[in-house]
Amino acid sequence: MPQQVFKRPRALSDKATHFCPGCTHGTAHRLVAEAIDHFGVQEKTIGVACVGCAVFMYDYFNVDVIEAPHGRAPAVATGVKRAQPDKIVFTYQGDGDLAAIGTSEIIHTANRGENITVVFVNNTVYGMTGGQMAPTTLLGQQTTTSPYGRDFRTDGYPIRMAEMLATLEGVAYSARVSLHNPKAVLNAKKAIRKAFEMQVNEMGFSLVEVLSACHTNWRVKPLDGQKKVEEEMIPYFPLGVYKERTGKDFL
Amino acid sequence: MKELQLIKGNVALAEAAIQAGCHYYFGYPITPQNDIPEYLSENLPKAGGVFVQAESEIASINMVMGASASGVRAMTSSSGPGISLMQEGMSYMAGSEIPGLVVNIMRCGPGLGGISPTQGDYFQATRGGGHGDYYNIVLAPASVQEMFDLTIKAFELSDKYRNPSMVLADAILGQMKEPASLVPSEPVQFSDKPWALTGAKEHKPQYLKTLYLNDGEQEAHNLELKEKYDAIREKEALWEEKGLENAELVVIAFGTASRIVKTAIKMAKEEGHPVGLIRPLTLFPFPSKAIYEASKQTPKLLVVEMNTGQMLTDVQISASRDADIYFYGRPGGGVPTPEEVLVEIKRSINATASIQTPPRSVR
Repeated sequence: MPQQVFKRPRALSDKATHFCPGCTHGTAHRLVAEAIDHFGVQEKTIGVACVGCAVFMYDYFNVDVIEAPHGRAPAVATGVKRAQPDKIVFTYQGDGDLAAIGTSEIIHTANRGENITVVFVNNTVYGMTGGQMAPTTLLGQQTTTSPYGRDFRTDGYPIRMAEMLATLEGVAYSARVSLHNPKAVLNAKKAIRKAFEMQVNEMGFSLVEVLSACHTNWRVKPLDGQKKVEEEMIPYFPLGVYKERTGKDFL
Repeated sequence: MKELQLIKGNVALAEAAIQAGCHYYFGYPITPQNDIPEYLSENLPKAGGVFVQAESEIASINMVMGASASGVRAMTSSSGPGISLMQEGMSYMAGSEIPGLVVNIMRCGPGLGGISPTQGDYFQATRGGGHGDYYNIVLAPASVQEMFDLTIKAFELSDKYRNPSMVLADAILGQMKEPASLVPSEPVQFSDKPWALTGAKEHKPQYLKTLYLNDGEQEAHNLELKEKYDAIREKEALWEEKGLENAELVVIAFGTASRIVKTAIKMAKEEGHPVGLIRPLTLFPFPSKAIYEASKQTPKLLVVEMNTGQMLTDVQISASRDADIYFYGRPGGGVPTPEEVLVEIKRSINATASIQTPPRSVR
């Protein structure tokens, strides 16, 4: 009798995603679903969808989902978590959502130490709207609104959110991972699980920044996208754990 | 005999929220409504509730959205500039049919304006205010007692129709003290919330959203919302009417302006002029039928507002086409005296042309 060694996580619905073929959003979704399964919290998890490619989260996760206005997911999640502190609440946000229009909400939600988990997918562009420059767009990177390449003199520098948020006292866990190869995916899986574990253990705010390729808007082949993540993104956005709280000493 | 307390309007409103079962408040400081968060920050924790001072009004309304989506009663309060920041969230709440109370203790604008009382946010409150095709349920108290009573009503209507509601008051109503009974006149009503996001344990995974991309979906959603607004218009209009029989003129005013009008009407009566009053307690739904009926009987109306003529447009829409409609407005913190309103009452009674007199203070 053959033994099943691989299956769809319970928290992930049996639906084809709308993501471009080769996009790593699907991988990130799966890792989140695996973490939810791991802690057995599917029936008490509430997801908060952001505006962007990840807005259709309610179609892909077998959990209750509320759709937030652009950038406001951490504030919506704060409301959900304060009303239902016994539930598991996570947001899933892109770089335009979290690091541009939603900077105020993410910083103050982190600083209050809201006991929620944030999955932050950084692919350096506004994917859904057609590849415009994002706050995380690399210097020199061409996008539809930085046709001559991002110039620090006019556009500023790509923003490093995982490091910045790690400076806040309310943050229990802040890490940056990538999905560009199987080893990176396994590390990402660990980090996302850790972030949910922080919430399960009521340790405070947890965030995982996930470097992701947007080969469609980068105008490269999917595999070349993964290469760009490794060779161009990681040198500027180093992978690692920037903060990990080990005890409830903050109380 | 009900026990009365001498109490500030803002405090009566905040106490009403607690008694209405609202245990979640999210807000950001702004004058002239600070008594509300101050009272709730002290008293919500005692009632087992949660008070969060947010980083902005944008965050506040989104926290209200999240809490309300969980099935609890939640609220925020602010004034003009902060209410402007909340419009995005209110649009999403209307679209995803999430209830919640927003209190606007109006100060003058546009812009930072001033902290004096005004009714300048009438359009913003009654026309939806944010983007998209929607309405808020809007209640307009005119006394400290109504700050208490209508706040409870606002929660009930918001839950009943799954739509954001607003209490629209001003700096005078928020700041003044009057005797009021802080006991609900009727048992507080609650609605079942099977749509609430409480985890997919006793229900299949469900969601609250506003995005509809498939062909025709958004239009169908908008038409469903319209049906709801039509039902609200049909069933929920509230107003006070006085002295409509044999009146030479009917004055229409809400909130603080209506109190001044009442005094002016008394003075007019002493001078031999019977003048009626219609005071809308709900601004959406607007008591259009009451105004139409009154204008059929007395085809002479005077609208008095603390703005340059906003509710005026609703009266123009509602009144019989044969009615002459006059307007007196004081914007930007100007508060009319009863004597000034009396002059306008007499001017309207004596006017013969069926055209608008130019608003006196708005030249």
